[in-house]
Amino acid sequence: MIGWRQVAVAYEGKRVLGPMTLEVQDGEWLGLIGPNGAGKSTLLRAAVGVVEHDGDISLGNGRRRMGLDVAWMPQRPNLPDDMSVADYVLLGRTPHIGHFGTENRDDLESTAAALASLDLNDLSHRTLGTLSGGEAQRAVLARALAQEAPVLLLDEPTANLDIGHGIEVLEVVDGLRLKEGLTVVTAVHDLTLAGRFADRLVLLSHGAIVAEGTPSEVLTEELLTAHYGPGIRVIAEVDGPTVVPVRRSNDR
Amino acid sequence: MSQTSTPTLIAPARPGRPALGIAVAVLGVAVLGGLLVGPARIDVGGAIAALYDAIPGFESAHGLTEVEQRVLFDIRLPRVVMGALVGAVLALAGAAYQGVFRNPLADPYLLGVAAGAGLGATLAFAWTGNEALVAPLALAGGLAAVVVTYTLGRSVGGRTATSLILAGVAVAAFATALQTYVLQRHVESIREVYSWILGRLVTVGWVNVLALLPYAVVAGAVLVAARRLLDVLGLGDEEAIALGLNVTRVRWVVVTAATLATAAAVSVSGLIGFVGIIVPHTIRILFGWSYRVIVPLSVLFGAAFLVIADLAARTLVAPGELPIGVVTAFFGAPFFLIVLRSLRRAS
Repeated sequence: MIGWRQVAVAYEGKRVLGPMTLEVQDGEWLGLIGPNGAGKSTLLRAAVGVVEHDGDISLGNGRRRMGLDVAWMPQRPNLPDDMSVADYVLLGRTPHIGHFGTENRDDLESTAAALASLDLNDLSHRTLGTLSGGEAQRAVLARALAQEAPVLLLDEPTANLDIGHGIEVLEVVDGLRLKEGLTVVTAVHDLTLAGRFADRLVLLSHGAIVAEGTPSEVLTEELLTAHYGPGIRVIAEVDGPTVVPVRRSNDR
Repeated sequence: MSQTSTPTLIAPARPGRPALGIAVAVLGVAVLGGLLVGPARIDVGGAIAALYDAIPGFESAHGLTEVEQRVLFDIRLPRVVMGALVGAVLALAGAAYQGVFRNPLADPYLLGVAAGAGLGATLAFAWTGNEALVAPLALAGGLAAVVVTYTLGRSVGGRTATSLILAGVAVAAFATALQTYVLQRHVESIREVYSWILGRLVTVGWVNVLALLPYAVVAGAVLVAARRLLDVLGLGDEEAIALGLNVTRVRWVVVTAATLATAAAVSVSGLIGFVGIIVPHTIRILFGWSYRVIVPLSVLFGAAFLVIADLAARTLVAPGELPIGVVTAFFGAPFFLIVLRSLRRAS
């Protein structure tokens, strides 16, 4: 479980988020959607302590132990070129290792499991600089999974992935969520994809929550055009709503 | 889409056997060379036997004369140990600075230690003329400069590494300006100051070794223990924080340990440049990116490098002696370029 209570963030005196209140239950998948600059990333960054915020952010037992209780996959991670995939994923175990300590067998096993779950075994000795965008994305997710935190915050986990790998990666996350009871919060730009995986969607706009509910409640033409602009069509399908773009100028 | 495969355990990065073997061998040869080469000939077997004999509880008939023993134990051995300590400290501190600031150009003198120590030593030569005050004033100057850098860096730019580096540049420029001014007013001490700035291991005895030893040991222990954290810092401050690392504190501890040891080394050996840059980088190029490899190997290769440089400094123009700082730069720079080039070719 993770909760934001009256959380507000300002950059250089300019308010970019909140104050907003949001709670995600154990085992729930919450999808954050909203146009660029709506505050999705900021919401996640506040939760892992990389931006200062007002208000409270609580994790299950109340106290927030960064890295141990919550794992974060950044939108633009730093990927040291010469580091191997295996060593990179191993760094995800940092919260479990004392400041001056080294990895024990548990750490190595968790790392191996994270690598295997994202099908990275064959790439484990490759350096990060040689990976394709999609491979690097999987390595970053593997590092977050290696943390074995009960709450997983994923900022654009499918950004560099083709549609097939995108679905595959989200399936892996969903499988772990069901198996380990993880709480998942994602910020995803692809609205259809967000709706397919999330139990609940939260639509952010200009730093505030403007809609909240099941994918079919939030992914409506009315709400989306109000916040993203015109040119959006929503088609209802058995699996849930499908959002398709429509050209705004029809002068052909 | 392929199936998920079975997990295989991977081992964390660490210095490989060959790398450690090479390092120990190079250091051993360097130390033997430092002990044996010089105006007074000492036989290899005799020297080894005498060293063995000097270990409490062990005995050996080494057959060295009184004078030879004096040369070995009171002149060459302290100088070799001193060179090894200073080299290890500078290389280790360089590696630590590069890791903590995520900047390949960072060296132990980055935050103004060298300029501050230079100013302190200049004041000692120019105002007091007392050689005994050079080391204490250099130490005080070096530490004072870093404290000013830290204070300035925090007040200007909060806690970012960049503001700290820029503050270091400003402090170094200021200290150097002061030093130049003092020198202008005391032209008679230019020669002494200059020889100090270029580095020297000439006048050392066991006293200097014992003065540096505690700093070197403490810094070495802290930095070797922190080697994994330097890899975490490689992910950048934000991701390190999200992994539960107290980035500000880690940086502070590492910088403090590296700076104290550097200031102590500089105060007894003068400003020996380049070691902190080329040793860690050469290790990185040859043996791997991880600080878990670079930090321990820097201790060994840094020690060996400076012992060899000192040997060259006192033999190349014998009976005269070159400043060791000149040797490290003169031979270190081309060697480093060769390593860089050969790596380019290979990749």
